[in-house]
Amino acid sequence: MKTPEKDPHTEVETTGHSWDGIEELNTPLPRWWLWTFYATIIWGLIYIAAYPALPFFGSTSNGFLGWSARSSLEADLQQHKDRHASLNNTLVDAELSNLQTGQELRQYALARGAAVFTANCSQCHGAGAGGTVGYPNLLDNDWLWGGSLESITYIINHGIRNTSDPDAQFSEMPAFGEFLEEDDITSLTQFVTQLAQAKTKELNIDENTLFVENCSGCHGQNATGNESLGAPDLTDAIWLYGADSDSVEKTITDGRFGVMPAWGQRLSEADLRAVSIYVHALGGGE
Amino acid sequence: MTNKFETSNALYKAQEPVFPRRVSGPFRRLKWAVMAVTLGIYYLAPWIPWDRGTQLSDQAILVDLAHRRFYFFWIEIWPHEFYFVAGLLIMAGLGLFLFTSALGRVWCGYACPQTVWTDLFILVERWIEGDRNARLRLFYGKWTFRKWRLRITKWFVWILISFGTGGAWVFYFTDASNLARDLWSFDAHPVVYSSISILTLTTFVFGGFMREQICIYMCPWPRIQAAMMDTNTLSVAYRSWRGEPRGKMRQTGRGDCIDCLACVNVCPMGIDIRQGQQMECIACALCIDACDDVMAKIGHDRGLVDYLVLADEEVESAGGQPVSVWKYIFRPRTFLYALIWSSIGIGMIYALFIRNDIDMTIRPVRNPTYLMQSDGAIRNIYEARLRNKLGEARVFQLEITGGKGFLLQLQSSNQAKTITVPADSTYLQRFYITVPKDHPAAKIPLTQLRLWVEDIENGNRSSSKTAFNGAPE
Repeated sequence: MKTPEKDPHTEVETTGHSWDGIEELNTPLPRWWLWTFYATIIWGLIYIAAYPALPFFGSTSNGFLGWSARSSLEADLQQHKDRHASLNNTLVDAELSNLQTGQELRQYALARGAAVFTANCSQCHGAGAGGTVGYPNLLDNDWLWGGSLESITYIINHGIRNTSDPDAQFSEMPAFGEFLEEDDITSLTQFVTQLAQAKTKELNIDENTLFVENCSGCHGQNATGNESLGAPDLTDAIWLYGADSDSVEKTITDGRFGVMPAWGQRLSEADLRAVSIYVHALGGGE
Repeated sequence: MTNKFETSNALYKAQEPVFPRRVSGPFRRLKWAVMAVTLGIYYLAPWIPWDRGTQLSDQAILVDLAHRRFYFFWIEIWPHEFYFVAGLLIMAGLGLFLFTSALGRVWCGYACPQTVWTDLFILVERWIEGDRNARLRLFYGKWTFRKWRLRITKWFVWILISFGTGGAWVFYFTDASNLARDLWSFDAHPVVYSSISILTLTTFVFGGFMREQICIYMCPWPRIQAAMMDTNTLSVAYRSWRGEPRGKMRQTGRGDCIDCLACVNVCPMGIDIRQGQQMECIACALCIDACDDVMAKIGHDRGLVDYLVLADEEVESAGGQPVSVWKYIFRPRTFLYALIWSSIGIGMIYALFIRNDIDMTIRPVRNPTYLMQSDGAIRNIYEARLRNKLGEARVFQLEITGGKGFLLQLQSSNQAKTITVPADSTYLQRFYITVPKDHPAAKIPLTQLRLWVEDIENGNRSSSKTAFNGAPE
């Protein structure tokens, strides 16, 4: 073995490695650095013992601190619940009509309602509550069953035309295809399409015997609908199933039977009230 | 026992103890002054009061991480203004260029916390154990009762200082007087105690035992600085042309250096400055004070060890006239750095002063882009984010310019026309703009609008642009 040479400036041995005349010095590492390295190994071992680390079949070692991600999450959730306990109680106990007052409670209800809406309602009504064909837009000021906070809460609680809740709102648009002639349906379609274009004043609804005999019972003498029956206003700009003649004809021929589940069976009272306040506040609430 | 680490091919090197001797002189006095100022700022700054009304913190300097607020006297920074912090970081980086090119490792030698606290710890050590020679004797002596007593006293005082250091740190992050009370009654958050413990431990170990090892092996700063130094950079150096050949006082034909080792004995890094520029040197200038003292005693000119630039030293040793040190401090490169550095600083101060009193952002809700009301009117939904940085609630009003017939309504439970934003908070207000169905904006895809927000109390206004989506046929 070649005896190491010393660098003349630093008096440190060289390793004998040289690149382009630059020699590598064999500068020793400080020894405390080595101890630090050993200390990190010991720390690592303690860590492995303290926390879940070693995989077994189907589980891991528990760690003497007893920590787990799941219990940590549960503790966080509990803490969150405790923090909002009083607001939560007020939300459940207060009279529905009083829920709109109180800045803090309203903010809490809106935030909570938004989360409930995203998880439960957005699948049909859309993430922005804009609805789609057959699923009402909740942002506008047209409400089939009423737009007051009480009505909205009732609908969310019991649903519409479902079989699981006896208190669900129920009505049925008959399939007129079964008992009207094709000509009558064509003529009705034409009439309703004109209603849709809001030419109410030019049309004499009373004189249209087909409409009076078949439709006025639910949709009203002047076709403005009936909230207690969920019968839509036929003179406004909003059409759940479309205002073109094909859609209208299909509606008259086959009827419509939109169903909404009863959320009272799935949501807590606080969630129910929160999402009602949220929907009511979306823009169309009366 | 033979230690295998001490063979010629040692892989690891034991720390060589350093016992810096007491020194006095102008640079030492400057260092004491810097220590007093920096430590004074560090310990006392959290206790400076600043009145911000009843709802905001009355602490002049506070980094309120929990509420995401940074208070600095009259300035309050919110998270969306983080660019100020980015600007400060850029200034810190450029400051490194500036100070290194002008003054070399001045940060290392005077202002670095590691240097300042080590200096303080050495001062304590000297008070308790005596000066260099006494400490050397004690270090190599047996573990007698006296040695134990002195060591334990020293460690105790170090621990007290360390605890004070760790303790002062936490006061920057939460209300100092409340925290101080909670701290003693053991009601403070565990994070407070663990922060104090960790900082106490690191201060104790770094200041008491690691000292120069931190600078030599752990700190990246010397490496970065080494890359920025050139032959025109100010550094502490030995005038070898004047000092060599060194020799004993009575020796004839020697240079000015009498090999008294004063410069070596005072060095906190444990190096010999006469060997030339070394990575370990933090440019603390204590060797200059030590040598000047000796030179005065033996009747030579001061400055055998001095602040020098390498280029000058070559001129001097060739018998030439050196340029004034100030010429190296004020040269084009440092001017350029100073210019960039100060322009960023001025830019930030400017940005700070033109910050609007009212801060609003408008976000159109694009899901859905528009919606139709039962009478055929077209409505767009928006969200206004209003920030109130003051310590009291403010009432705002929204208004549209850019066209007639736009109806603005706030989402509210009571048809409110104004928005009340609570003190020191951000408020999200949903609002609607509706146009009748025969309005021109109802039929074209996009209409530009300007929304004004007005503080109804003092009439201050601010605006924000947004757009209205119509329903094209």
